Amino acid sequence: MYRIVEKEYFSDGVVKLLVEAPYIAKSRKAGHFVIVRMGKKGERIPLTIAEANTDRGTITIIVQKVGVTSIKLCNLEVGDTITDVLGPLGNPTHIEKVGTVLASGGGVGVAPLLPIVEAYKKAGNKIITVLAARKKELIILEEQIRMHSDEVIIMTDDGSYGKKGLVIHGMEEVIQREKVDLSVVVGPAIMMKFCTLLTKKHDIPTIASLNTLMVDGTGMCGACRVTVGGKTRFVCVDGPEFDAFEVDFDEMLLRLNSYKDNEEEAYEKFLNRYRKA
Amino acid sequence: MEDLLEFLKKERDQEWRVEIRQKMKNKERTQLERINMPGQAPEVRNKNFSEVNLGLSEEQAMHEASRCLDCPRPTCITGCPVGINIPKFIKKIEAGEFLEAAKVLKETNALPAVCGRVCPQEVQCEQVCFYPQKLGKPPVAIGHLERFAADYERNSGKISVPYIPAKNGIKVASVGSGPAGLAFSGDMAKMGYDVTVFEALHEIGGVLKYGIPEFRLPNEIVDVEIDNLEKMGVKFVRNFIVGKTATISDLKKEGFSAFLVGSGAGLPNFMHIPGENYIGIYSSNEYLTRVNLMKASDPEYDTPLIIGKKVAVIGGGNTAMDAVRTSKRLGAERSMIIYRRSIEEMPARAEEIQHAKEEGIEFLNLHNPVEYFADEHGRVNQMKVRKMELGEPDASGRRRPIPIEGSEYLIDVDLVVVSVGVSPNPLIPQSIKELDVSSWGTINVNKESMQTSIPDIFAGGDIVRGGATVILAMGDGRKAAAAMDHHIKRKVREVLPLIKEFKSIGEVLEFAG
Repeated sequence: MYRIVEKEYFSDGVVKLLVEAPYIAKSRKAGHFVIVRMGKKGERIPLTIAEANTDRGTITIIVQKVGVTSIKLCNLEVGDTITDVLGPLGNPTHIEKVGTVLASGGGVGVAPLLPIVEAYKKAGNKIITVLAARKKELIILEEQIRMHSDEVIIMTDDGSYGKKGLVIHGMEEVIQREKVDLSVVVGPAIMMKFCTLLTKKHDIPTIASLNTLMVDGTGMCGACRVTVGGKTRFVCVDGPEFDAFEVDFDEMLLRLNSYKDNEEEAYEKFLNRYRKA
Repeated sequence: MEDLLEFLKKERDQEWRVEIRQKMKNKERTQLERINMPGQAPEVRNKNFSEVNLGLSEEQAMHEASRCLDCPRPTCITGCPVGINIPKFIKKIEAGEFLEAAKVLKETNALPAVCGRVCPQEVQCEQVCFYPQKLGKPPVAIGHLERFAADYERNSGKISVPYIPAKNGIKVASVGSGPAGLAFSGDMAKMGYDVTVFEALHEIGGVLKYGIPEFRLPNEIVDVEIDNLEKMGVKFVRNFIVGKTATISDLKKEGFSAFLVGSGAGLPNFMHIPGENYIGIYSSNEYLTRVNLMKASDPEYDTPLIIGKKVAVIGGGNTAMDAVRTSKRLGAERSMIIYRRSIEEMPARAEEIQHAKEEGIEFLNLHNPVEYFADEHGRVNQMKVRKMELGEPDASGRRRPIPIEGSEYLIDVDLVVVSVGVSPNPLIPQSIKELDVSSWGTINVNKESMQTSIPDIFAGGDIVRGGATVILAMGDGRKAAAAMDHHIKRKVREVLPLIKEFKSIGEVLEFAG
């Protein structure tokens, strides 16, 4: 179970994995995620399902090397297995025809954005997608995104690809130019916060797909709790998508740093072991 | 009921029982002192995760067993949610036939080693024992004896696997592998069903694994019981969340005829007071899951954990006791229970409260949290509490706590665990729209059969009760198994005249709908 059948490097630090998980491949919809665990002593982390192939019984996950588990995942080769994969979790994206959808993704946030873009396109919407990253190598899934978008704007911090600037600059360009009926933002919490400030200013309804810490992913632990509209909600069973205007991004940013010290320490320890091996 | 009494009388009149009873006069028996459970010293155990109670020796168990009068009308049995034949197993212990005692337990209880450790006996079998009822003396230590017999059997290496008849070819499933699911699976396997247990987590055992700590229920003991079920032919599927990975209707297409939903209590409750989402404030589910299931306190494991020096646990139930005692073992200088009522109203088992006190846990009773404060990094560093007093009894019969205005003060904390109950997991009700659910989100069932509004779906444990005990969940699982068997057989009978048309019993059931 959970065998890697295909691996592709998007860049040094970002890897695409096709994982055998036939049940999940069949049941998943846009917006869904999985919880994975690497090794018997591993932690449980959530990852979005970017794509699925029901014929091959596989799901696609995109992993960026940021911590111990993601490095272990990136080091897997074809034929290796992931210890545990649970899913599909979360609520599927609510898809309807609204008109023009401005979809914005930053970094590996483009992975969860892809199935959402695909679904909105299928529902007959006009899709304008803004892909943003620090530099050219970190722009991922461009080709797949283009397949389901009417227009794609690429933004890089250093101008090494597309236009030089941040995701919000690309969004602003579109908003100034034409009427946008819905904005979807996925990426680092800080990016989603600023994207939401922009769309709020222009009164464009906005959905954010949140990526919080999780343990079980099934509504049991409450690690993923966020404040939405003044109420505590659980990303795993109430989300992952919420009305971005209502999300307390500052609190979310704070909680994402719960284990910053532990993570750095764990990462160092892991690297030491890794170097020795 | 009369049938049961008749049966119990017959058993009681058996020669060996009569002989044992005559060995000692009742008067002598009642003079014997109740044995105290040997355990690790408090100042030792509050620094390790080994089991607190060490179990009775053979001599101690036989001594305790001889206190039991083998009453003609054994009220203790009525106090047991799974109806264990208590006098019979105790008299087997008195006779020195410990393996036989374990067999008696397993006639009605799939997990005696677990129940002997975690059941609240003082409000069940032991409460209605003749000793406290009529003599004003401490009850026979039924729980300790249950644990003794189960442990003896396990350590003997001669664990009896119940007789399993030929498989009847009917596939049934349990959604969840906690106490309800395990009890259900054992009974269904004994009746010849092909049982599969679907578990969302990567470990089997549900709350027995992620919730109850090692020092109260070692995982090893749960694993032995699970192995036993596997030997009985029960299949376990991990990482499979029914309603998400596949729906009940998908599973029906795969040939499953009926289901037990034992998905447990999900969502942790919070108090919705200011600052409750600061870093360092966990639900008890999260704290215990990190420590018990993910082994986060072991540096070899990847899951991170905030270790507190000044720990406040909010709540007065067993889970709160588990959390606060865990924090002490992880090196807290100060571990506090903060509970809005007095100690008498605490829902935790008496033994857990006593153990916690011995281990140096502080009890701030008649206190309620009002607000949390944090440092510049968002880490909790103080909490404001308010003193309470007890007023008139409320709907639960307990005296209602009333805030004392102006009594607020601050306490330094660096870890808070909120343990104020759970709400039912919404995943199953969400995925089966036709299922009749209460306004609380629990699944409505017929209390006798545990059958839901959908005839092929039964439910038990916390998803029905909202938050109860291991033994009540097991009782539900057993009731559901009996009723499901009845339900399936009735369906089969209805189509029996047509049976020649079908290749397998599965096809028959599919036809029967």
